[in-house]
Amino acid sequence: MSAEIKQKNVKLIRTLLLVVVGMFGFGYALVPIYDVLCDITGLNGKVESTAVKEVLYPIDKNREVTVEFITSLNESAPMVFRAETNKLKIHPGQYYTVNFYAENKTDKPMVAQAIPSISPGLAAEYFKKTECFCFTEQTFKAREGKVMPVRFVVNPDLPTQYKTITLAYTFFDNTEKSVNK
Amino acid sequence: MSAVIAEHDDHHDDHAHHDHGPEKGLLRWIITTNHKDIGTLYLLFALAMFFVGGGMAMIIRAELFEPGMQFVQPQFFNSMTTMHALVMVFGAVMPAFVGLANWMIPMMIGAPDMALPRMNNMSFWVLVAGVLLLASTLFMEGGAPAGGWTLYPPLVLQTGKALPFAIFSVHLLGISSIMGAINIIATIFNMRAPGMTLMKMPLFVWTWLITAFLLIAVMPVFAGAVTMLLTDKFFGTSFFDAAGGGDPVLYQHIFWFFGHPEVYIMILPTFGVASTIIPVFARKPLFGYSSMVYATASIAFLSFIVWAHHMFTVGMPMAGELYFMYATMLIAIPTGVKVFNWTATMWKGAMTFETPMLFSIAFVVLFTLGGFTGLMMSIAPSDFQYHDTYFIVAHFHYTLVPASVFILMAAGYYWLPKWTGHMYNEKIGQLHFWLSVVSVNILFFPQHFLGLAGMPRRIPDYAVQFADWNMISSIGGFIFGASQLLFLYIVIDTVRGGTGEKVSDEVWEDAHKHGLEWTLPSPPPYHTFTTPPTVIPTEHF
Repeated sequence: MSAEIKQKNVKLIRTLLLVVVGMFGFGYALVPIYDVLCDITGLNGKVESTAVKEVLYPIDKNREVTVEFITSLNESAPMVFRAETNKLKIHPGQYYTVNFYAENKTDKPMVAQAIPSISPGLAAEYFKKTECFCFTEQTFKAREGKVMPVRFVVNPDLPTQYKTITLAYTFFDNTEKSVNK
Repeated sequence: MSAVIAEHDDHHDDHAHHDHGPEKGLLRWIITTNHKDIGTLYLLFALAMFFVGGGMAMIIRAELFEPGMQFVQPQFFNSMTTMHALVMVFGAVMPAFVGLANWMIPMMIGAPDMALPRMNNMSFWVLVAGVLLLASTLFMEGGAPAGGWTLYPPLVLQTGKALPFAIFSVHLLGISSIMGAINIIATIFNMRAPGMTLMKMPLFVWTWLITAFLLIAVMPVFAGAVTMLLTDKFFGTSFFDAAGGGDPVLYQHIFWFFGHPEVYIMILPTFGVASTIIPVFARKPLFGYSSMVYATASIAFLSFIVWAHHMFTVGMPMAGELYFMYATMLIAIPTGVKVFNWTATMWKGAMTFETPMLFSIAFVVLFTLGGFTGLMMSIAPSDFQYHDTYFIVAHFHYTLVPASVFILMAAGYYWLPKWTGHMYNEKIGQLHFWLSVVSVNILFFPQHFLGLAGMPRRIPDYAVQFADWNMISSIGGFIFGASQLLFLYIVIDTVRGGTGEKVSDEVWEDAHKHGLEWTLPSPPPYHTFTTPPTVIPTEHF
C-alpha cells in the first residue's frame, strides 16, 4: 500500500472516529433534549414537580369532570398505599383535597418517592396541584403510616373533550439511593 | 453498452511476487489479514449463528404449536424470543453481509485488499467474543435476557445476573460493527482502481458504503442507551427510572433512533445484492442505476427521522403522530423506485432461472409484501390495533427472512462457484429454493391473521381461537427450518468439489460485463488485483 493511501486512510479514520464519539455523545444529548421537549409540549403526562400558587379560577358549576385516583407500588417498595377515594366528580375551577394513606411495612426507616402521572397526557397541563406529597421524598419511620393530602384544581380552560382525568401515583422505595447521597 | 473484458491478472500467479500465501494450519484463520479469509470466517460464523438462532425459533414454534404450556417455562420462552432476535440480527444477518463485503468489495472495485487489514481481523474476533458473551447468558442465574431484543426498561432491568453481560456483549458487537464500517468506508474511498469512479461502482458497493455510514451514526447511540441501562441498574443514575425523575419512554426514543436505521442496515446490502444478481440472469443492464443510488441514499436519510413510528401508542401529541406517519409513508417512494427498477430490469430480459435468480425474484415479490404491511402500520390510527401483535411479527419477518435471508442465500449460490471454483448442485439448490419459498409463506402468512385477530407478541400461551393458524405456522416453520439443512449440505458439498464441473472465470453467461470479480479466475488466487485492473465493466449503469 502506498504511503499516500496510508496517509489518506489515517485522515479518514480520524474523521470517522470523531463521528463515532460525536454520535455516542448525541445519544446522551437526547436526554436533556427529550426533557425540554416534554416540558414544552407536556408529553407523557409529565406534570410539574413543584407546587403552583393558589390562584382563583371562575368555577364552572355546569361542567363535571371525573377525576380518578390510582395508587401503585413499584415492585420493590414494601408499603401500603391507597387513596381515600377512587374517584371524584369535580367542577373545573374549584379546589379539592383528597387524602392518600401510605405505610412503611418494614422495621427500618424508609425514604420513598411518589411519581405522579396524568392521563390523558395532554390534560396534564390543566391539572394544577398546590400541595402534594409527591413534590419531595417522604421519610417514614419503621412501621409508620401517614395520611397525606393532595390539593388540586382543574383549570376551567380544559378542552371539553376531556371528561375523565386519571391521576396515578407510584411509590418507589428510594432508601438506598438516599443513603448513598 | 458493450464492455471490454478486463485483462486477467492471473499472470500474478506466475511471476514470483513478494506477497506470501496463506499461513499453514489453524493459525491461518486466527491471524489472517486477508480479505478473502476474513470474508470466509464471517460467512461461516454467520451460517453457524443462523442455525443457532434458527434452533431457538424452532423451540418457539414448538411451544406455540398448540395452546397451553408444552415444552418450556414461560421465562425460558421469553429468553428464546429475545435471544433469537439478538442472535439473528447481530450474529447472523449483519455478519453475513460484512462477510460478503469483505470478499466482494475489494474484488469489485479492483483493490488488492481491504484498507485496514489488521483492524479487519480484530473486528471479526471481537464479534466472536461478543456473541459468545451473549450466548453465555443462557447459563447464568436468572436466565438470559427475556425482555425482548429492544431491551426496554424497566422490564429488562429485572434480568438476573445476565444483564451486565448482555450489555457488554452489545458493546462488543457495536465496536466490531463500527470497526467493520470504518474499514469498508476507507476501502471504498481510498482503494478504488483508477477509473472506478463512484458512479461506476457496483450497487452492492454503493449500498454497503451507505450502510457503513448508518452503522457509524447509530451503533454509538445504541451503545450509549445500553450504557444508561447499566448505570441505572448499578450506579444509581435515573435516566429511565421514574423514581429519580427519569422516563422509560426516553429509552424507547433513543433505542429506535438506533433501531430504525438498524433495520435498514440489514436491508440496504440486501438491495445491493439483488441489484447485482437480477441483471446477470435477465441478461440486461440494471434499469435506472443512478436512481438506485439516490433511492438508497434517500432511504438512509429518511431512516433517521421516522423512529417514533415504532411507538405510536406511547401517547404522542397529534402533531407528532401525523409527522411520523407521513415521514414513514415517504419511505415507500424510494423503495417503490427500487422495486420498479428490479421489475423493469427483468422486463423483456432473456431470463434464466438458476437458484440465485429464483431467490432474487422471490425476494422482490415477498419483500414488497412485507413493505405493504409496513405501509399499513405507518398509518397511525391503524397501528394502535397492530401494535405488539403478531401482525408486526409477520411484517418484519417478511422483510427479513424472504428478503435479507433469501438474498443471502442467493448471494451464496451466486458467488460460491467463484469462491470455491466448484459448481453447486443446481437440482438440490432448486429443491432448497422451492421448499423455502413455500414453507416461509406457510410460516409467516398466517401470522398476519393472528395479529389482526389480536394475538400479542412474545407470549408462550394463547387463547384457543388462535390454535389453528398457530399450528399451520409452526408446521411451516419446521419445514422451513429443515429445508435450510439442504443449504448447509450444498455449501459443504460445493466446497468439497460440488458437481465436479469445471467452472469458468465468469461462471454465469456474460457475467464479466457486470463486475470485476468475474474477470478473476475461479477460485481467485489468494492475492488479487495487486496491480489495479485497467478496464472497468460498464454494464451496470
